[in-house]
Amino acid sequence: MNAQHQPTGSAYFLTQETQQSETRTLSVLVSNEPGVLARVIGLFSGRGYNIDSLTVSETEHEAHLSRITIVTTGTAHVLEQIKHQLERIIPVHRVVDLSIRAREAGNGKPLERELALIKVKGVGDNRVEALRLADAFRARVIDANTEHFIFEITGRVSKIEQFIAIMGPLGLVEVCRTGVAALNRGSEGM
Amino acid sequence: MTGSNTQITGAEMVIRALKDNGVKDIFGYPGGAVLPIYDELYQQDDIVHILVRHEQGAGHAAEGYARSTNRVGVALVTSGPGATNIVTALQDALMDSIPMVCITGQVPTSLIGSDAFQECDTVGITRPCTKHNWLVRDVRDLPRVLHEAFRIAQTGRPGPVVVDIPKDVQFALGDYVPPSPINEQKSYQPKVHGDLDAIRAAVEMMKNARKPIIYSGGGVINAGPEASHLLRELVQLTGFPITSTLMGLGAYPASGENWLGMLGMHGTYEANMTMHDCDLMVCIGARFDDRITGRLDGFSPHSKKIHIDIDPSSINKIVHVDVPIVGDVGHVLEDMVRLWRASSAKVESKALAQWWSQINGWRSRNSLAYTPNKDVIMPQYAIQRLYELTKDRDTYITTEVGQHQMWAAQFYGFEAPNRWMTSGGLGTMGYGLPAALGVQIAHPDSLVIDIAGDASVQMTIQEMSTAVQYEAPIKIFILNNQHMGMVRQWQQLLHGNRLSHSYTEAMPDFVKLAEAYGCVGIRTNKPGDLDDAIKEMINVDKPVLFDCRVADLANCFPMIPSGKAHNEMLLPDEATDEVVANAIDSKGKALV
Repeated sequence: MNAQHQPTGSAYFLTQETQQSETRTLSVLVSNEPGVLARVIGLFSGRGYNIDSLTVSETEHEAHLSRITIVTTGTAHVLEQIKHQLERIIPVHRVVDLSIRAREAGNGKPLERELALIKVKGVGDNRVEALRLADAFRARVIDANTEHFIFEITGRVSKIEQFIAIMGPLGLVEVCRTGVAALNRGSEGM
Repeated sequence: MTGSNTQITGAEMVIRALKDNGVKDIFGYPGGAVLPIYDELYQQDDIVHILVRHEQGAGHAAEGYARSTNRVGVALVTSGPGATNIVTALQDALMDSIPMVCITGQVPTSLIGSDAFQECDTVGITRPCTKHNWLVRDVRDLPRVLHEAFRIAQTGRPGPVVVDIPKDVQFALGDYVPPSPINEQKSYQPKVHGDLDAIRAAVEMMKNARKPIIYSGGGVINAGPEASHLLRELVQLTGFPITSTLMGLGAYPASGENWLGMLGMHGTYEANMTMHDCDLMVCIGARFDDRITGRLDGFSPHSKKIHIDIDPSSINKIVHVDVPIVGDVGHVLEDMVRLWRASSAKVESKALAQWWSQINGWRSRNSLAYTPNKDVIMPQYAIQRLYELTKDRDTYITTEVGQHQMWAAQFYGFEAPNRWMTSGGLGTMGYGLPAALGVQIAHPDSLVIDIAGDASVQMTIQEMSTAVQYEAPIKIFILNNQHMGMVRQWQQLLHGNRLSHSYTEAMPDFVKLAEAYGCVGIRTNKPGDLDDAIKEMINVDKPVLFDCRVADLANCFPMIPSGKAHNEMLLPDEATDEVVANAIDSKGKALV
């Protein structure tokens, strides 16, 4: 009976987790004070939750508010716990599950974008191919010499993953990614 | 500069803020990084400082103080080891929702991060074991942070907070601001009133229940004496049976007609069977701990569940509930009692009577029975006698952790809230003695007894010296069986009775130890001498170490073995050596 609803929490939880995991994007509005990010990250590591992506920056300077965007994976039950546990943190103002909001509004998924900087080294055909593909992906060249490019690409996570995979055999050197920034469609704020 | 005449130091602000927040006693230990605050303490008489012998003792004493008064407990310790030593007490207070403000000294801001002498990352270390914490780098923030600390510690779900104050901030001058009645914090707004529709739905379900039970917890105690009063009223109105967690004992009186005893791993047979077979469970201020639920997929499989809790994260955390009510137990119970009275629906009195007759059948199983012994003191008997000889007095009980703690919960009848201080969530051996000290400081004329085990008590026994210094006549009633009894019991259950390091071969002479500390030692090992010895303990106006030699190998029953459900209890009369050895299967062995 209860076991189907179980999170990882109990010492007496013996049956296998049968619920499906899903990925959600959470927006967390916090006071921008020292240690607030450590509180959020510590909560995830301490309670064994997943972080697929995390982005943070102050978004309202006068009110000293920062917006943390977390992409996480878990069962519906664990995801509910994550939201409640985040809300227990004193400097957390609001936690919004953007994925749920988008679904409720009939928008499918929230708008999600990520930025990546990608360094590719090569000469000859590889170099020409890399530049051609970058153009197709609408990646911009932000640095180059005769042996390398650094591309800047913005888009959905899947697009960036795909671009990085294609660059692999063409001389991929290193990648830096920002993690996901997300908003929901429409005129309403969080 | 304006206002320079009225400016005071950070250290002075600490004292002012303590006074303005109603603090009368604090527990602490000085050191380099808190000397300015200690200097201010020296120059005033309003706040009494109790000098402990180890910072963990300060923490547990503050917990005992808080639990027995429903006020905030305060501890003051230095940087580095002072802060790390109190971590156990902070986590203990966090898990049991005890309001505590802990002020720690820190190295000067200019030295933070330089591995200075007695430096540690206090806010980093205590972040996961506090409700909130602050490092105050600017004296201008200090008054606000201190007031906020008190507010956060005692509102919502109570808990411990740490304010870390660098030494230069303690010396710095600034303007003191008294606490403001207006809450300036926007992000922390605990909800105290429950949703009326949910409460109405709950009342409706309760009226229709045929096999109900009320399962209450420490949240009722935290909500104040009025909440306990309302709980009693609700039980009387409904006629429902009631059980409670370890933390909730005393909210409903043990002598009450509807009382089933504690539930859970060492709860009574009737409480656990009633939980298992009920069709409606009303959980009030408890959190479905694993020591309560037993095996989850066998936990009360046929019931609808109502859960009242102030912490939204407690709802649906372990057990899925049908009607969650987020709010302060006191407020919710008030609404619930009012709506119950207003509702015209009638209870299923015939079904209830049948339910009670079933419960009485379980009760008659007498699950707390033990075999009496004329020559050796049975630990259960010792608690029973202690109870009989102290129940008519103004008594507070604390415990350590282990078998003695469970026996105390089973055999000592608590009639009122705030009389029972024990480490439930964290299970901290060494909690009881300093907690008793804290209780005694808050209630100087009451009888305060720590029911202890011989192993636990040695973890914080140095606080006897504190008790002597402050003439706090705490009574440490040690059930001495020379073993870590609960560890030994589990080794018997799980590990083929191989008693790996659970026997204490060298034991101090507790009577001589008592004398060495300047208090009184009493020893008894005969059942016939027990009453007189307990009376002597009560009558001595000094701290007492009571070495009560009890049966070595007694086990604590009844018990839900690991990995089993409420209806699979091991009862004392069925617990032969063979049954005990095979009670837990291979899956259950892996559990804690």
